[in-house]
Amino acid sequence: MNQYLLSVFSVEGAPTPSAEAMQRAYHDVDVFNAKLMEKKAWVFGGGLHPPGTATVVRVQAGEALLTDGPFAEAKEHLGGFWVIKAPDLDAALAWAKEASVACANPVEVRPFQDPAED
Amino acid sequence: MSSTAAEIARTFRDGAGRATATLARSFGDLDLAEEMVQEAFAVALERWPSSGIPPSPVGWIVTTARNRAIDRVRRESTRDERQRESVRLHGRDALEPDSDPDAAPDAPMDPAAVLDDQLRLVFTCCHPALALPTRVALTLRLVGGLQTAEIARAFLVPEPTMAQRLVRAKHKIRAAGIPYRVPAIDELPERLQGVLAVLYLVFNEGYVASSGDAVGREDLARESIRLTRGLVECLPNEPEVQGLLALQLLTESRRAARVADDGALVLLRDQDRGRWDRVLVAEGQSIVRACLRRNAPGPYQIQAAIAAVHADAERAQDTDWSQIVALYDHLLAIAPTPIVALNRAIAVGELGDPAAALALLDGLALDSYHLYHAARADLLARLGRIDGALAALAQAIALTQNGAELRLLHARREGLRGGASNGRAQAHEPG
Repeated sequence: MNQYLLSVFSVEGAPTPSAEAMQRAYHDVDVFNAKLMEKKAWVFGGGLHPPGTATVVRVQAGEALLTDGPFAEAKEHLGGFWVIKAPDLDAALAWAKEASVACANPVEVRPFQDPAED
Repeated sequence: MSSTAAEIARTFRDGAGRATATLARSFGDLDLAEEMVQEAFAVALERWPSSGIPPSPVGWIVTTARNRAIDRVRRESTRDERQRESVRLHGRDALEPDSDPDAAPDAPMDPAAVLDDQLRLVFTCCHPALALPTRVALTLRLVGGLQTAEIARAFLVPEPTMAQRLVRAKHKIRAAGIPYRVPAIDELPERLQGVLAVLYLVFNEGYVASSGDAVGREDLARESIRLTRGLVECLPNEPEVQGLLALQLLTESRRAARVADDGALVLLRDQDRGRWDRVLVAEGQSIVRACLRRNAPGPYQIQAAIAAVHADAERAQDTDWSQIVALYDHLLAIAPTPIVALNRAIAVGELGDPAAALALLDGLALDSYHLYHAARADLLARLGRIDGALAALAQAIALTQNGAELRLLHARREGLRGGASNGRAQAHEPG
């Protein structure tokens, strides 16, 4: 079994979805997560607070330097992700399609270097 | 080239794809498969001139490549586990003791398995997770057995660029786990469309190169036909694969007639039809007839049928334009693209109504397509609107990069300026 990272990107400045649409996305993601678990594809997943809540830690000469904000100032930022188990890319892409529908955002699929343990 | 060397070159073209496909399935590793097949051919090049060509050259190559792959897997402990796993996965005995290719010359080439392996390879190379230029390059390299330098030349990119594109693609296939298999029945139609699009793109690049001076790169068109024939063999019951083959054969049949002595493109209506390749025409038409009997139309079959109508006409003026318009109506219904609408409008113009054709062109979003402006120029000239025609031709010329097409457009502009607008300079080859 391979492992894949499914990342959800949000674009800064994109129109905020309506409260109703957000509610629906939360619900659909819950349903999707349940399906991932039921099919034993779930490893981990979750949504993230906005990039303004991030802190970057850099160690220089043994000293930790902290920077307020995300590592890269970009228009697109990571809004959440899943780690899933899938036998091959086609299976991972099929999950990503469902994920994209559920969270109403594009989803990037990227393979992990190491296969899943089981 | 000695006759043995020529024979090896031929074996390579015909057999490299099959050999790579078989090895890739056994070892679950395209890179390894490709490399070992290359090595096996190097050994052949060394040995066959003195030992003679074995009775089954491709079988010999597969056995030799497999033996080398086994050696490699045993030697490399890091790769070892991965490959053992894939061998287990595929239920193959790839790590069985070596066999002697000379002792077992007709070794392991079960025809059904070979076709199946080849099909897997095609679908892997044309996987939608790869960028389109990458799919084209991989297909030509792995399925078609072309050298990286040849592909680079055909697509006018430096060889290191092409080599890097191939390396990256193979790395993605392996790392991302792009499966080495024929898609399941429910996704097959969509995935097959992707494969056909790759083959047609290769063909078109060979037929009218998007840039460069020559009209086309004949070898690419030939390779595409060869690959499509291979696909027909693998999927004999898919009418669209047949349709693509027929379309390519009928288009290719006109090759000798479509370039003038000065290198300018000759339009369909002006071509010397005696120079059309009748063998290709006959094969294309017979496939089109079989498709009609099957009655499961698709875009490639309809385009092939349009090409067949052209091939039926002994002279350009004998062309059955009403049938061509009817076929375009059908095509537009299932593939409503602006290009199809453009070609339909041109056919309407040929049927005798240039004003209606011009009105059909007006709404199309094809402002950056040179043939759109060339078609408008033709219709405007036929309606006596020479200034408009000249302006449209200027736009077409500005958007054209192929030398042979440019020569034709310049000649037409000269003709219009000289007031020789009685000749109906046709814009495009419909079909």
